[in-house]
Amino acid sequence: MSDTVKKFLYLNRKAPYGTIYAWEALEVVLIGAAFDQEVSVMFVDDGVYQLTKGQDTKGIGMKNFSPTYRTLGDYEVRHIYVDRASLEARGLSADDLIEVAFEDMETEEEIDNIVEVIDSAQVSELMNASDVIFSF
Amino acid sequence: MSDTIDVEGKQIPVDEEGYLSNLNDWVPAVAGVMAQQDNLELTDEHWDIINFLREYYEEYQIAPAVRVLTKAVGKKLGKEKGNSKYLYSLFPYGPAKQACRFAGLPKPTGCV
Repeated sequence: MSDTVKKFLYLNRKAPYGTIYAWEALEVVLIGAAFDQEVSVMFVDDGVYQLTKGQDTKGIGMKNFSPTYRTLGDYEVRHIYVDRASLEARGLSADDLIEVAFEDMETEEEIDNIVEVIDSAQVSELMNASDVIFSF
Repeated sequence: MSDTIDVEGKQIPVDEEGYLSNLNDWVPAVAGVMAQQDNLELTDEHWDIINFLREYYEEYQIAPAVRVLTKAVGKKLGKEKGNSKYLYSLFPYGPAKQACRFAGLPKPTGCV
């Protein structure tokens, strides 16, 4: 495997159900974790709904995969960013979002919650700083 | 797709790789039958992992990739068990793939 570590940013813009984008993006992140890159995941627009607490999919006959986001820390995702403007436009705040813990087994560094709400300037900054952006 | 395994006289459908087609069909005897097919005898150590996987799936709705499984087992069952050597000694066909199959879970995400 190459020694070059690239900054990967997975951008999620769509609601969790109704299309396959959210689930497919999540699977790509989980599978891609095996490649030892520096991975961040960002939620903007309707994508912020993917992280909301208390999802109930019984009525639409789909699997509720929102608990799976909580494993992202286990899959070595370091940062999860949520766009504040997108949250506010939908009447949501950080309190409506699930928490994702991170633990580095080697350094035993522990972070209780890696979900971070950021403003638009930081959103563009992070996009500029990324080597690769996957948009879903 | 029409494959089944015989568990206590009941025909339970499995996919072409031997994973249960329907998660809800799982009973502990499923693991026993699958282990027998693989010429494996299940011990308490096997069951620790199988039960662990089922709890993990219950909580996170996915079967963990082997790296994640190893890490999580080490955390929960003790460091001496959280390594691939130990897990492979229990499940020679690959801890994630084989143990997930015994546990009635789908093939783990991230297993190529």
